[in-house]
Amino acid sequence: MIRLVLRDLALAVRAGGGFGLGLAFFLIVVVLVPFALGPETTLLAVIAPGVLWLGALLACLLSLDRIFALDFEDGTLDLLACAPVPLEGVVAAKAAAHWITTGLPLTLAAPILGVLLNLPGPGFWWLVISLAIGTPALSMIGAFGAALTVGLRRGGLLLSLLVLPLYVPTLIFGAEVARRGAVAMTLEAPLLLLAGITLGVLALLPFAAAAALRINLR
Amino acid sequence: MSLWEYANPAKFMGLSARVLPVVAVLSGVCLAVGLIWGFFLTPDDFRQGSTVKIIYLHVPSAMMAINAWVMMLVASLIWLIRRHHVSALAARAAAPVGMVMTLIALATGAIWGQPMWGTWWAWDPRLTSFLILFLFYLGYIALWEAIEDPDTAADLTSVLCLVGSVFAALSRYAVNFWNQGLHQGASLSLDKKENVSDVFWFPLLVCIAGFVLLFLALVLMRTRTEIRSRRLHALRMRARMG
Repeated sequence: MIRLVLRDLALAVRAGGGFGLGLAFFLIVVVLVPFALGPETTLLAVIAPGVLWLGALLACLLSLDRIFALDFEDGTLDLLACAPVPLEGVVAAKAAAHWITTGLPLTLAAPILGVLLNLPGPGFWWLVISLAIGTPALSMIGAFGAALTVGLRRGGLLLSLLVLPLYVPTLIFGAEVARRGAVAMTLEAPLLLLAGITLGVLALLPFAAAAALRINLR
Repeated sequence: MSLWEYANPAKFMGLSARVLPVVAVLSGVCLAVGLIWGFFLTPDDFRQGSTVKIIYLHVPSAMMAINAWVMMLVASLIWLIRRHHVSALAARAAAPVGMVMTLIALATGAIWGQPMWGTWWAWDPRLTSFLILFLFYLGYIALWEAIEDPDTAADLTSVLCLVGSVFAALSRYAVNFWNQGLHQGASLSLDKKENVSDVFWFPLLVCIAGFVLLFLALVLMRTRTEIRSRRLHALRMRARMG
């Protein structure tokens, strides 16, 4: 499984695009928001946590169809399905690789972009923490969506439509943690709920995603 | 004689052909009685005036929107466990009906909300969770349409339905956390004092019965159509082979 993660990482870095695309999109969203809404710093400070979370989510969405599509096309996925590693493990490894190539860089880039949006001081830590806890759930849910649509020719749009409602709880609690962090409110409740969602998703969705993959590989 | 005998498409067609006219007529009668009673023969509400009457469309359609998803969930489970094609087709047939019910609930809610709350839409937990439910229906139907092989489509949509149910329930409580509600609480539960008064309650019950029967009739009709089109497809394939 670790080999699989490393292989996916190497592919993502070498093939180009897959690695930087999400980050570039995140940058574009965050930079364009002040142009659309005006440069008032008080307004930007209020919306900064939400915009950063939304940008990270959309950037994550952009790269989802890469999780399985290439391996499905060249037949690697068939080999992986026959490998001694259970397919659930393959799914988890793929999701982990996706998180390292998109979720982790997004988390690290978020505070830098937070400066552009005038994010209040105490918000930085909580933004990073909420993204670090929440983005693994985004990757895993995305892997499930990608597993459902892997056999389709033009699955990209459908994938977004399927994943969109599944992302709602994660977005609500993640953005709430970041928002409360920015205004220095107590945030145990949303933080614990966010962590709960991530753990639940990581524990259960590999099975659902593997089931979907088996159906698609039949 | 067990329930599973109707998993045989031929038996299902036989039974549904006999049941469908009865259900359709009953639903028409219930809806006509309930709506006429509700719209013309009940008094206006003390505060809401005549806008209260939209309840006869809003509440039953909202109930059926949720019940349709639950029915799809059960049908999906039966398909995944026992592989009865009728079950998968029934789930497929129910999805657009459920989606339209969701739309009716959202639209009537907006029409009522405009004069009462002064806005067409509020990001209230109940409204928001219905919007999310609508998105789930949309995704489910789109996935059915996108996959060519019928068995693969049935399998994948069933998996989506299971996972979606968990997330729909999760969203329902997440939005509660996210925003306080504007929507009134339950007014139909059997054990509460603050229910709507009997004048509105009885026509509403008739309307709910009408919507349940209407849903049943539409799903039966659509399932029959699905079975027929599947059979037509098979016959055409056989003709091409031979």
